[in-house]
Amino acid sequence: MSPLAQLLEAALFAASRPLSLDELATLDPEAGEAGTRAALAELRAAWAGKGDHGVELAEAEIGDGWQFLTRPEYAETIERAQFALRPRRLSPAALETLAIIAYRQPVGRVEVDEIRGVDSEAVIEKLLERGLVEVASRGEGLGRPLLYGTTPQFLEILGLKGLEELPRLDELSVALHPPAPAEDQE
Amino acid sequence: MSAPVQDHGGFVVELEQFSGPLDLLLHLIREDEVDITDLPIARIADQFLAAIADLGLNQAADYLEMAARLLRIKAQLLLPRHLGDDEWEDPRSELVRRLLEYQQIRELVDWLHHAAGQRADRFGRGFEQPAPDLPPPPLEIGLNDLLAAAERVIALIPEPVLHRVVPRPLDVEGATARITALLAERQEFGWVDVVGAGAGVVDVLSAFIALLELAKRGSCRLHQPEPFAPMMIRREPARAAA
Repeated sequence: MSPLAQLLEAALFAASRPLSLDELATLDPEAGEAGTRAALAELRAAWAGKGDHGVELAEAEIGDGWQFLTRPEYAETIERAQFALRPRRLSPAALETLAIIAYRQPVGRVEVDEIRGVDSEAVIEKLLERGLVEVASRGEGLGRPLLYGTTPQFLEILGLKGLEELPRLDELSVALHPPAPAEDQE
Repeated sequence: MSAPVQDHGGFVVELEQFSGPLDLLLHLIREDEVDITDLPIARIADQFLAAIADLGLNQAADYLEMAARLLRIKAQLLLPRHLGDDEWEDPRSELVRRLLEYQQIRELVDWLHHAAGQRADRFGRGFEQPAPDLPPPPLEIGLNDLLAAAERVIALIPEPVLHRVVPRPLDVEGATARITALLAERQEFGWVDVVGAGAGVVDVLSAFIALLELAKRGSCRLHQPEPFAPMMIRREPARAAA
């Protein structure tokens, strides 16, 4: 590997968060963006296809960053030794609510309640606390209800780069389109 | 999966089994392997009622509402309808639509669960302990703020109530002597004669106690013509003679 690729490797190892190409380019101003991009490609090639490493160089979910991630097969053992802990699993109630908010955003609590058939206030409160959803806007209706949307954090915990990576509704076995305006209903 | 469950004490707890009445209904439908779009309402309604009774859910509002809805649809289906009635709308259609919609959400839940699980299996460099359920709010405070806060708290502490215990300065004996002298001198005299014009509280009290004591002994008689009138002190003739 070239010295710059090695420098990028060291920086990615040292940083506690994913680093974008722009950020990596500040390491060596003389190399410029093109030079950094080439070095990054070199680094990726060095890490790609190597089955003999416990970590991988992976693209980050948000902000076009790069990061080292451990390979999934070691998660269990690492967690058992308590060197790192997997984030708490989301309850089915939380996932239901997240799914509805992700696909219908911006969406109000009443609609979430209606689809789930249960009161969702407490669940939404928890999702807000965990930073997975946020108040996106306010509705037009009575009392101008709060409308919720998903956050970058939501994409991060799912390992998605964008909402477009969520399954399309017509790909599901139950293909249902979001309730169309009334005139569409037959 | 969570669902409110009735405890014996009437306390509703979350049970990780069904996340709501639609979930339970879907579960029953799947178990029966019936066609969701041609729902055998009578059977499903009976099963639903039995299930919520079994699970102790029959006091949870969401489940009761669904039970009522099922029974209403069942009743509507029993009503006779005219052949060739174009106006007739299947009373199940709204429920079927909601069930399908919910089924779709459940499918997405599985997908999200899988995706989150895969991502969670890969640790990044900056491992941070997952936040506890309710993180304590960050406390950022300077020394001056702390001192000011302490001062405010101290200011709120009420002054201790101190009682000054003083030796009784009452001079009952002196007052008694004075009154006895007056009694020897005069048949009758007023309160003012006993204490004088500018008497302090202590003098008044001393004189009053002395008067009461003398009256009790029978040396004098106290007399007040009307309320708030000056008190008159009169020698008790019999005793005085004795």
